[in-house]
Amino acid sequence: MKNASLYAALIAGGILLTGCGNTEKVKNEESPATEQNEAPEVDLTTELSSYQQFALAQMDQFLIETENFVNLFKAGDIEGAKAAYAPARMYFERSEPIAESFGDLDPRIDGRLADIQEEGKGEEEWTGYHKLEYALWVENKTEGYEAIADQLLADAKELHALVQTVEVTPDLMITGAVDLLNEVSTSKIAGEEEIYSHTDLYDFKANIEGAEKIFEILRSKLEAKDKDLVATIDEKFKAVDDLLAQHETANGGYISYEELTEDNTKALAAAVNQLGEPLSRLGIILE
Amino acid sequence: MKTPNDEKWTNKKISRRDLLKYTGIGAAGVAIGTSGLGGVMKAMGYDVFEPFADNNIANKVNFYGNHQSGITTPVQTNIYFASLDVLFSSKEELQELLQLWTPLVVRLMNGELMVNSSTNTRIPTGDTGEAEGLGASNLSITIGVGPSLFEKLGMEHLKPAELKDLPHFPKDQLQKEFTGGDLCIQACADDPQVAFHAVRNLVRAASGKVAIKWSQAGFNSFPVDGGTPRNLFSFKDGTVNPSITDEEDLNKVVWVDKGWLKGGTYLVVRKIQMHLETWDRTSLKDQEATFGRYRDSGAPFGKTKEFDDFDVEVKDSNGEYIMPDTSHVHLARKSGARMLRRSYSYASGVMSNTGVHDAGLIFISFQKDPLQFTTVQNSLGRMDKMNEYITHRGSAVFACFPGVQKGSYLGEALFKAL
Repeated sequence: MKNASLYAALIAGGILLTGCGNTEKVKNEESPATEQNEAPEVDLTTELSSYQQFALAQMDQFLIETENFVNLFKAGDIEGAKAAYAPARMYFERSEPIAESFGDLDPRIDGRLADIQEEGKGEEEWTGYHKLEYALWVENKTEGYEAIADQLLADAKELHALVQTVEVTPDLMITGAVDLLNEVSTSKIAGEEEIYSHTDLYDFKANIEGAEKIFEILRSKLEAKDKDLVATIDEKFKAVDDLLAQHETANGGYISYEELTEDNTKALAAAVNQLGEPLSRLGIILE
Repeated sequence: MKTPNDEKWTNKKISRRDLLKYTGIGAAGVAIGTSGLGGVMKAMGYDVFEPFADNNIANKVNFYGNHQSGITTPVQTNIYFASLDVLFSSKEELQELLQLWTPLVVRLMNGELMVNSSTNTRIPTGDTGEAEGLGASNLSITIGVGPSLFEKLGMEHLKPAELKDLPHFPKDQLQKEFTGGDLCIQACADDPQVAFHAVRNLVRAASGKVAIKWSQAGFNSFPVDGGTPRNLFSFKDGTVNPSITDEEDLNKVVWVDKGWLKGGTYLVVRKIQMHLETWDRTSLKDQEATFGRYRDSGAPFGKTKEFDDFDVEVKDSNGEYIMPDTSHVHLARKSGARMLRRSYSYASGVMSNTGVHDAGLIFISFQKDPLQFTTVQNSLGRMDKMNEYITHRGSAVFACFPGVQKGSYLGEALFKAL
């Protein structure tokens, strides 16, 4: 009943407002927004723990694959390093809600030159995967980048150590799912993430998988609240996956972003936005 | 301002069954499964459906009536026009969409937010919120269907013969990105944000069902002492229009009188770029000869007042037409066809390829047959002196549903005709 009266108060504010045609604001006290961030009554212990396990497993694999990539890079194996680059990054992209929670490590590992410059830093402060991407695809060499490769591995190890202590909260999961899609909508779909290698579709896929994992973990809780919503989200994930599958290569990878037509990117963007709308309602499990 | 038609259509939280009844789904005899309308609305957070209407809402345009709003509604200052493509392929889904939209349109036109059913701050709000506190702002919403929709949904037998893409006209430079569409939402209001909010929220509520194909914002400014607004060529636009209160004349010019579209009308929209730089270096004399009217008064050539009647065939003592036979007004009048124009100006930055203003007219006209527009446009043809200063870049035609009575929903007559 508490909700009903708050709702009524909100409506009453609205009547007053439109009725008088004035600009008086609805007072914040009438808004139900303030008391919502308290601990939810819904028990998500199991879900939080399975997401933590998932994220930690991804981070384990990320460290292994990064080490492999760095070894190939430092051995001067340009083709080998190129082949290892995008798949290794997928582990990071899948668990980005967790990886991101460590302020300066994320840009050190995953920063693009444009991001670094936006922060007013110089090119010399640029490190991480994208700098090595530049070395491999633009310079077509590894010499001179060995220190960057070492630094990447050290950062990956530091990240791996830090995530062991991370506390997964309901908010991290719920916002994380939508944030992963937003990552896709704002940078991957525009080809702005992998401007040298054009392997954006790998990141795209990994972000989607990361969001889907969160949804899967929360599925039964969500089903208890709204079966139709679950069905809708299932359908929309499938639509995105089906579109992505059209751009898969024979070896299980993805075609270059440059090969996508404007119609392709538009269709992908639309599918992600249509998924994002229902997925943004995951928070109802905490009602 | 009394709006008896818009009183609260239910005063309690209604069940899905009630909703079906109220929106007329039951009457139409269409079965909606659990994943149907109820599911759609619930998925979007619209499961509390309590649109209320205050009979004394200021600056409110009526939703219910014989005709949709935004046609004979006094012209507002702003428009946000959106052409949409549908992403579904069945008639049932179109019906669900229109049933979903109808109560939302009622709310929007009341100046209400599409209130979130939830107090949960971990989910996005049901209304995007930017129109809060802005009131009804005379918002009108006009929904129409394009010719392509009938093909997509396999109901070509219901497509009126009049509803088809416009023919190519001389000097047309139509661009795919401003042309056509399965559905349109014309939102007009005396506030740009209210108009945009309406389109944004209707599209959001239909996520996964429609995609915006193209859209255009526009504006109209009215002289402080009243009268006809001027377009960006600084001439009065809309002088020769049927009176929006002359029902008899509107029946002749605007309202369709047969079939499921009876009480509806055809909307023609043209995105017309106006080459302002070129116009601005044209002498006033030539500008006036282009229109066939004096710029300041708006009077036709040979007359002194804007609304003075004129005869395009009248010649001076030298045998020359008083109103040049290449002028816009001469050619339009000579066609003999009439329509209700409801255009807005637009200014959308600069053309990336030339650096000139990307500005012009979002021309909109309503007529009982698109042929009325075609007749005028063909008469303008290659002769129109105006062609030198304008380029038609976008075009679409839509059949706008008849008005909605309480208990019904947008487009019900179409589904009854199935």
